[in-house]
Amino acid sequence: MKPKTGGKIDCDVLVIGAGPIGCTAARFAAKNGAENVLVIEKRQEIGSPVRCAEGVSLSWLEELEIDDLGDAIKWKVKGAKLYSPSGHKMTIGKELAGDEVGAVLERDVFDKEMAVLAAKEGVDFMLKTTAKDVIKENGEVVGVKAENMGEKFEIRAQLVIGADGFESQVGRWGGVYDTLKPSDIMTCFQYRLSNIDFDPEHTHFYLGSVAPGGYLWIFPKGEDKANVGLGLQLSRLDGNKTPKDYLDEFIEDHEEFDKGQAVDMVAGGVCVDHPPDSVITDGLMLVGDASRVVDPITGGGIANGMKQAKIAGEVAAEAVEEGKTDEEFLSRYEKRWRKRLEDKLWRNYLAKEKAMELDDEQFDMIVDALSDQDLDELSTEALLKAVADKHPELVESFKDML
Amino acid sequence: MSVEVDMDKCMHCGACVGTCPENVLFLNDLLLEVNKGCIDCELCVKVCPVGALKLRGD
Repeated sequence: MKPKTGGKIDCDVLVIGAGPIGCTAARFAAKNGAENVLVIEKRQEIGSPVRCAEGVSLSWLEELEIDDLGDAIKWKVKGAKLYSPSGHKMTIGKELAGDEVGAVLERDVFDKEMAVLAAKEGVDFMLKTTAKDVIKENGEVVGVKAENMGEKFEIRAQLVIGADGFESQVGRWGGVYDTLKPSDIMTCFQYRLSNIDFDPEHTHFYLGSVAPGGYLWIFPKGEDKANVGLGLQLSRLDGNKTPKDYLDEFIEDHEEFDKGQAVDMVAGGVCVDHPPDSVITDGLMLVGDASRVVDPITGGGIANGMKQAKIAGEVAAEAVEEGKTDEEFLSRYEKRWRKRLEDKLWRNYLAKEKAMELDDEQFDMIVDALSDQDLDELSTEALLKAVADKHPELVESFKDML
Repeated sequence: MSVEVDMDKCMHCGACVGTCPENVLFLNDLLLEVNKGCIDCELCVKVCPVGALKLRGD
């Protein structure tokens, strides 16, 4: 298929958004037999500007059938360090090796790699193409109104996949879910700092009032450079202090950044809600951040979104094959992705709700209690289990899920 | 009333778009549009990571 602007474009599967999640959904749709798969992206360049802290685990590569991320992996770390407000510290992952370590991506490179994998399966791309509304007929989503370089046209599809991120318009136009609560929204700001003097072998997490309701991160991107950023809970913000102000204060107060220079600034919103009741409607599936499957504890959206996108692609191919795209048929997508991800999402949501209640003194107490432990596994689950061991009262609301 | 965007500060990140309960904000490539229907809840003003939004007339 060679899409042309003007008039109308027809395809089998239309994906809105060429982030890694949209590209992965498209890739698996094509790989499983869908023939005309089109991805539209409103920006002129896939992967840019970066809107991410770029820290990921690599444990999902095999599941996603990705052999090699090549240049997309910028740096690997041995483990993580957690800091409490008064300076207690715990280290996770002293004995880690191989894929268990954390990696820090070049997201712009990574996103393009994911697009290339999709293109190799025959997926078509249109850049600088914005969806302006969904087209509904008899209550079913049948396409979108789109705009490319000033030209307006319709794209008709058997099935639309909304992969348009935190600010998803497709999900809202499709009437799939409600407004987020301020307590489930994190607002984030980050610098990529160069020329800094720090420990580049670990990721670093600062807890407590340095980032109310969230955390501050330092994710190394080299010996002397790192993404330094924070996420704050929207409902905790008061007055005129912005996330950027909080971060500027932290950097000012830490001498390892004295000679640091920012080479990049990143802002963004992250949803840390529990999974919504539904991410589908007739003719439409949502995936990734647009379907609110970000890990509520870490704020990480890549791993969950990629796993979910694979399932979305598989179901999209089945839907096209059978010519059924109604909500009842698409419920197999709901069933499969929830089976894969939902328990952990709920557990981490409940853990997040608990963590939001903690004050600086409690963070000090917890990190101090854990500082003598050797946690080898770099995962939220391992951390929660260690907390449960020392402070069972903190995990009462989700102890059955550990 | 409504909100106005300081385009010198705006980083086109979309944090306000995903937060707006009335969906009156739209990130059009690199331009943030404010459409009709604002209810002055100020959530977008608060969520903006760099303070680029304010209530019109403030």
